[in-house]
Amino acid sequence: MKKTLAIALGFIVSAPAFANDVVNIYSFRQPFLIQPILDDFTKQTGIKTNVVFAKKGLIERVKREGKHSKADLVLTSNFSALIQLEDLNLTQTINSTNVNANVPSAFRDGDGQWVALTKRVRNVYSSKDRLGALPKLTYEELADPKYKGQICTRSGKHPYNLGLVASMIAHHGEAQTKTWLEGMKANLARKPQGNDRAQVKAVKEGLCNLALGNSYYLGKMLQDEEQKAWAEAVHINFPNQTDRGSHINVSGAVITKYAKNPENALKLIEYMTDNKAQNMYASLNMEYPVKPGVQLSSLVASWGSFKEDSLPLDEISKYRPLALKLIDEVKFDL
Amino acid sequence: MTYKFKLSKWQLFAWSTGLVLSAPLFFLLFESLQGNSEVFSHLWDTVLWDYISNTVLLILGVCALSSVIALPLGWLTAYCNFPGKKHFEWALMLPLAMPTYIIAYVYTDLLDYAGPVQITLREWFGWQSPSDYWFFDIRTLPGAIVMIALVLYPYLFLIFKTALREQSFKLVQASQLMGLSPTKSFFKVSLVLSRGSIVAALALISMETMADFATVSYFAVSTLTTAVYDTWFGYYSLTAAAKISGVMLLLLFLALMAERFSRRNQAVFERQSGVNSEALYILKGKSAWLATAFCGTVLLVSFVIPIAVLLNYAITYFEKAWSAEFFNYAWQSLKVAGVVSVITIALGVFVVFYQRIATQSYPLVPGRLASTGYALPGTVLAIAVLLPLTLLESSINNVLEPYNLDIGLLLTGSVFTIVIAYVVRFYAIAHGAIESSFVRISPSLDMASQSMGKSQGQTLRLVHLPLLRRGLLTAALLVFIECMKELPAALLLRPFNFESLATHVFQYVSDEQLELASISALSIVIVGFIPLYFINRSMEQHT
Repeated sequence: MKKTLAIALGFIVSAPAFANDVVNIYSFRQPFLIQPILDDFTKQTGIKTNVVFAKKGLIERVKREGKHSKADLVLTSNFSALIQLEDLNLTQTINSTNVNANVPSAFRDGDGQWVALTKRVRNVYSSKDRLGALPKLTYEELADPKYKGQICTRSGKHPYNLGLVASMIAHHGEAQTKTWLEGMKANLARKPQGNDRAQVKAVKEGLCNLALGNSYYLGKMLQDEEQKAWAEAVHINFPNQTDRGSHINVSGAVITKYAKNPENALKLIEYMTDNKAQNMYASLNMEYPVKPGVQLSSLVASWGSFKEDSLPLDEISKYRPLALKLIDEVKFDL
Repeated sequence: MTYKFKLSKWQLFAWSTGLVLSAPLFFLLFESLQGNSEVFSHLWDTVLWDYISNTVLLILGVCALSSVIALPLGWLTAYCNFPGKKHFEWALMLPLAMPTYIIAYVYTDLLDYAGPVQITLREWFGWQSPSDYWFFDIRTLPGAIVMIALVLYPYLFLIFKTALREQSFKLVQASQLMGLSPTKSFFKVSLVLSRGSIVAALALISMETMADFATVSYFAVSTLTTAVYDTWFGYYSLTAAAKISGVMLLLLFLALMAERFSRRNQAVFERQSGVNSEALYILKGKSAWLATAFCGTVLLVSFVIPIAVLLNYAITYFEKAWSAEFFNYAWQSLKVAGVVSVITIALGVFVVFYQRIATQSYPLVPGRLASTGYALPGTVLAIAVLLPLTLLESSINNVLEPYNLDIGLLLTGSVFTIVIAYVVRFYAIAHGAIESSFVRISPSLDMASQSMGKSQGQTLRLVHLPLLRRGLLTAALLVFIECMKELPAALLLRPFNFESLATHVFQYVSDEQLELASISALSIVIVGFIPLYFINRSMEQHT
C-alpha cells in the first residue's frame, strides 16, 4: 500500500524546471487575450513566460505563498486589484525611466508600486433603432424615470460596475449615490445578469434600450461572426462629455515583492508599455493604449475622441467598499 | 473488569484521516475568529436573508427534482424489463460527466429570447417583441434547480440502483405475493429499505449544490456562496467569508444529524450475498411504453440535447477551437483524476471499516470530519487547503534556514496541492458510496469470520472487499468524474503551465464564449465515458 502510494505521488509530483530566463506571471486576464503579446516578448528578448490564470483568489495565493512565491508579476483586469496588491504590501517599486516616459503619471502609482497597461471606458450602449445616439447622456441620467424598464447591466458587484459606483460616490457623496442606485435599479429591464456582451445582445433582442458596457467589448463583438449583428444594433455613447468626462478603468501590472526574476519582470513591463505591445493591445483587444500617441485601432478611432474623468484611480478606489455596501443596501442584484 | 483504553491501529488510521482531511476547514474556522464582524453584520442587515432563503430553496428544489427523476429510474432499471432497458441502465449515468456550468450555458443559449426555440415560436405565431407573449425565464431560481438536478440526479440513480440490486429480492417478491401492486411495492418496500442510501445520495447532492458557484452566478441567483465570494473579493474579508462558510456547514450537519437521529433504531442487512440481475416485473403494453418514454425523455434533456449543441459548436467553430494541446490537457486531467480516485477509495474503505468494527466511542466522527470539504465552494476550499500547507512549508523552511537549505514551495508549487485539494473535496463521495454498500453486509458474516479465527484485516480482505466490489467501483467512478469536471480549485492552485480540460474550458466560459472551448468541453464528457463504460461492463459481467 505504502509503495503504491509512493509511486502514485512520485508520478504526479514533477517539479517544473525553471530556467533563468523566465518571468512567472499570475494573470487575472484570460491567456488568449495576452498570449500574442507574451509570445512576441519572448521572441524579442528570449525570456520565456509562464502563466497561471485564474479569475479569483490569486492575490490570496501570492499572500499565502509569501517570500517563496514563484510569481514575479501579477496582471490584473481592473484597478482595484492593483491597489489591493499595493495595500497588502505585496508589490515592489517599478523603477524605470522607460515606463515613466511611456505611461502618464495619472496611470501609474505615485510610489511606482503599480502601472496601468490599457484603459477601458465604462460606456453606455443605446439601441440604434429605438433611441439613437445620445451624445449628452450622463451616468446620472440612468436613474431618470424616463428610462423606466429600459436598462440592462451585469451584476452591480462586478469590478467594472463597482468602479463606476465608487466614482459616483467620489463625485456626489454617499447619500446621493444611494438615491442614484435606487433610481437605476427601478429602471432595470431585468435582474442584473450575464457579462457586458450579454447586455448588448439584450438590446439587439429588444429587451432593453440602454446597456452599461466596457468599450472593447463592442470591438471584440464586431470581430465575431455571430455577435456582429448584436454589436451593429447599438450605438456607443461616452457619458458625461458635457461635464467631468467618462469613467475610466484600467488593466495593469505589479512586480511582486518577492519576485525571483525582478529584472525580467521589469523588462516585460517596459515591453508592455512600449509602442509595439501597446499597438497590439489596441489592434487585437480593442483597448485604449495608456501610452499617448499610440495609434488606436481604426474601429476604436472611429468612435471619436472623448473626455476622460480625471479623478485619480486611488482616490476612486477608496470608495470601493462603500460602493459594495450601497449595492447590497439597495439590493441591486436581487 | 477494569476499563483499559487501547488505541487500535484502525482507530488511529481513521482518526488521522479525519483530522488531516478536515484540517483545511479548521484552519478556515480559526481564520473566521480573527478580525471583526462588521462586514458580517452589514450582510445580516441587508442581503443575507435573501441569500439564505435562496440557498435553502435551491437545495430543497434540487433534492426534490432529483428524487422525482432518479428514484423511478433506479427502480425501473433494477427491477423491470422494458424496451431499451439495457442501454438506459448505463446511458442514464452519462449526465454525470457533464459539468453543470456547461449544461446551464447550453440551455440558456437555446431557451433565451435570441435562442432558436423562442425564434421559432415567434415565427410560428407572428409575435414581434417580448411583450407579445410569455416565456419562462431560464435565468432564475427554478431554472437553476432544473439545470443542477439534471446533472446531479445520477448520484441518486446510481446509488439507489446499486442498493436495490444488493437488496434481497425476497422482500419484494413477498410484497408481490401479498398482492401489492408494483407502485405500492416501490413505495412500501424499496424506498423504505433503501432509505439510508437515498439519504446518503441526497446529502451528496445537497453539498454539491451548496458548493456550486458557476451556475448560480451565471443565472444571477444569489446564494450563500455568492455571499462568501462577495465578502472575500468585494469586502476583502476572508474572515467574514470563512464565517459564512462555517454557517453553511453547520446547517448541513444539523440536517444530516437530524436525519440520522430519525432512523436511529433501524438497520437493514443483506441476508444473501448474491446480486439480482433478472427482472421482477416484465412491463408490457402501455406501462412498458411509458417506462421507455420516461427514461428516454430524461436522457434526451439531460444529455443528448446538450451534447448535440456542443457538437454543433465544435463543428461550426472547429478552426478556432482546435488546439494540438488537447491530448496534453486530457492527460493532465486523467492523471490527477486517477490518482485521486485511488487515494479516496483506499482511505474510504479503511475509515468505513473502522466505523463498522469500532468498539470505542464516536465511531462515526472520523468519517464525518473527513467529509466536510465537499460542501465548501471550490475557491474557498482551495484557499483553505493552502492555509495549512503554506504554514507547513514555511515551518520546514524556518527549521532548515540555519543550514542554508529550503524546500521553497515544494508542496504548493506542484500538482500535489491539487491532488490534496481534490482528496479533501471528494472524499465525501467515496465515503458515502462505500458506506451505503458496507452497511448492507450483515454483521453475522463478520462474526462467522471471527469465529473461524480470522483477524479484522483478514475479514476486510476476504469477506468485505469481495462483497463491496460494486460499491467501490461506483465510488471510484463518481470521484473520477468529479475530478475531471472540477474547476475552481484546479484553477487557483495549479502550478505554472498546468492546463487541464476544465481549466482550458474555463478561460472561454468566463468570457461567455463556450463555442471556442466546445472541443475541450466535449472531451471532458467523452473522457468521462471511458470509466463509465468499463465499470458498467464489469458490473454486468460479475453478477
